[in-house]
Amino acid sequence: MTVETRREIGEEGPGPSASAAVRLEGVTKRFGDVAAVAGIDLEIHDGEFFSMLGPSGSGKTTTLRMIAGFEEPTSGRIWLLGRDITGVPPFDRDVNTVFQDYALFPHMSVADNVGYGLLVRKVAAVERRQRVSEALQMVRLDDYGSRRPAQLSGGQRQRVALARALINRPRVLLLDEPLGALDLKLREEMQIELKAIQQQVGITFIYVTHDQEEALTMSDRLAVFNAGRIEQIGSPADVYEHPVTTFVAGFVGTSNLLTGDAATTVIGREGVFTVRPEKIRLADPTSTPADDEASALGRIREVVYVGPDTRYIVALETGGELVVTQQNLETSSMEALATQGRSVRLTWKRRHVLSLATSEL
Amino acid sequence: MIVAYFGSLAILLLSAFWEKDAFTGRVEPFVWSLDAFDDLITNTVYRTIALRTIAIAVLVTLTDALLAFPIAYYMARVASPRMRGVLTVAILMPLWAAYLVKVYAWRTILQGNGFIEWMLEPFGASAPGLGQILNSWLVLSYLWLPYMILPIYAGLERIPGSLLEASSDLGARSGTTFRRVVVPLVFPSLVAGSIFTFSLTLGDYITPDLVSDAKFIGNVIYDNSSLGNVPLAAAYSLLPIVIMIGYLLVARRLGAFESL
Repeated sequence: MTVETRREIGEEGPGPSASAAVRLEGVTKRFGDVAAVAGIDLEIHDGEFFSMLGPSGSGKTTTLRMIAGFEEPTSGRIWLLGRDITGVPPFDRDVNTVFQDYALFPHMSVADNVGYGLLVRKVAAVERRQRVSEALQMVRLDDYGSRRPAQLSGGQRQRVALARALINRPRVLLLDEPLGALDLKLREEMQIELKAIQQQVGITFIYVTHDQEEALTMSDRLAVFNAGRIEQIGSPADVYEHPVTTFVAGFVGTSNLLTGDAATTVIGREGVFTVRPEKIRLADPTSTPADDEASALGRIREVVYVGPDTRYIVALETGGELVVTQQNLETSSMEALATQGRSVRLTWKRRHVLSLATSEL
Repeated sequence: MIVAYFGSLAILLLSAFWEKDAFTGRVEPFVWSLDAFDDLITNTVYRTIALRTIAIAVLVTLTDALLAFPIAYYMARVASPRMRGVLTVAILMPLWAAYLVKVYAWRTILQGNGFIEWMLEPFGASAPGLGQILNSWLVLSYLWLPYMILPIYAGLERIPGSLLEASSDLGARSGTTFRRVVVPLVFPSLVAGSIFTFSLTLGDYITPDLVSDAKFIGNVIYDNSSLGNVPLAAAYSLLPIVIMIGYLLVARRLGAFESL
C-alpha cells in the first residue's frame, strides 16, 4: 500500500524546479529478482541538509549510490541541478562522496589524498597546494598533511575523507553513514562539526543514516525509507510529530500503537493510532480526565529508569501496551521503580493522537 | 636439520677458498687460496655466463609481469565467479605437473621435426631448433608464470572496491584510476611474484641444458663440482647467493613481504 500524503508533506509537488539540487523520478533498482529501490520520487532542495533514514536493506544506500553514479537505475531518471545525469559516469558528475569506510588511498599522504581530485582534474600544482591547505584547515588538520592515513585516528580519517570530497567544490555532497564507525562521543562532536561545515560551504548535503536521532538533529528535511520505498518526507518535527505510517511512527521514536479493541474503546473508532510516550501523563486510576483529554486504564508492567527520565511500560486493560516517558522532576529512582505493578490511568490530549496508515513490510 | 643444513652451507662457502693443486688436480681442504676467484675474474667465459643468466632472469621476470598483470586483473576484477574458477584451475594445473615433463614437452615443440616445424613448414620456414638462447627465456617464462599471477591476483583482490569508486568519484577516468591507484597498490605483490620468477630462473640449470646450448651459472657449478673442481663451483655459487640477498633486501623495502 502506498501513502497519499507522501508528496504533500514534501512541501513541493513533482515537476522541475529551479531550486532542486537533485531530483529522482520513478527510480527503481533491481539486483536480479530483488528490488532494492522500488520506484521512488524525491526532490532535494539546493543548499539543504537532507537525510535518508531507514533500516539496513531499505534502499537508502542504493539510492545514494545511484546519485553518485556507482549504480545505474533499472528504470527512472535522476536530475542534478536541472541536468539529466542518468547514465553519466561518476567522474562526470558534479557530486562527491564521503564513504562509510572513508576509502582513503593508503599509499598516499593525507595531503595527496585531499589533493587527488584536483590532481586528476589537472589543476596546477601551486593552486593545488593552496586549496589542499585550505581544505585541511577547514577540517582542523593543518599539520597532518604529510602523514599517512594509517597513522590517523578514526575521527581524523573521517575529516580527511570530508576534506577530500569537498575540495572539488561539488554542488552536492553525498555522505554514506560517515559517522557509523565512530564512538558515541566523537559521533556527537562530528555531528555538530558536519552541520557547521555544511552551513559554511553552503553545499547540499545528502546524508544516509540508520540512526533516527542523528537524522532528527542534523537535517533540514529527511526521507524515511522502508523496503525500497519512501514512507514519508518532511522536516524532523513533521516526521516525528506527524508520522503518517506505522513504520515511520515505529522507526522514528517509539511506536506506541493503539490497534483493534484498544483503538475502538479508547479512541472511539477503528484504525491504527499512535501517541508519543512523552505526551502521556500517569494519573491516579480514580481521577477523571479533562474534556479535551483521552484516557485509558492499565497496570505498570515494567519501569526503566534512564537518568533524566523514566520509561513506564503500561499494559492496557483493553489489550495492548503503551510506553510512557516522564521526566524525573521530583521522582527519585527508588520512587519510580516502586510503581511497578500499580494500576494507573493514562491521560493525553486528544490532539496528540495520530491516525496512521499501515505500512507494508 | 638446521645444523646439517647450515653446516653444509658453511662448508660449501668455505670450500670456495680451498686450494686446488694445479698439477695433480687434487683439492686440498683447509689449504687457503683465492685461486678459484682469480679464475672466475680472469676468465671472461664465466663473466659472459653470469651476465647471460642475470639477463635471462630479468627478461623472464619482465615477461611474466607483463603477461601476469592482465590475466590477474581479468580474474580479480572482470571475470564472472565461474570463469574465475576455471582460470584458477587452469593456472594451478601446470604446477601439479612434473617439471621435467613440461620441459620435455617444450623440447618436442621446439626441436626440428617438432610442433613448430609442422606449423611453419607450409610457409617454407623451419623450427628454431634447440640451439637458441631465447628458448630458455621462452620456457622459463612459461614455467614460472603462475608464480607471478597468483600474488598479483591476491593483491588485486585485496584492493577495496570503495577505493576505485572514490577515485572515479573524484574525477578520475578508469585509466587514471588504474595508473594512480591500482598499480601502486598492487606493485608490492608484483615484486613478491618477481622474487619467484627471478630466483627460480637464476638457479635453474636443467631447462637451459635441455632446450638450448647456452649454459647458465648453474650448469657451470654442476659441471665443475662433478669434474672435481669444488672450489670453483663453490666460488661461483656465491654469486647467485649474493644477488638474491640483495634482491630480497630491496624487495623487503618495497613491501613485498607484506603482500605474500
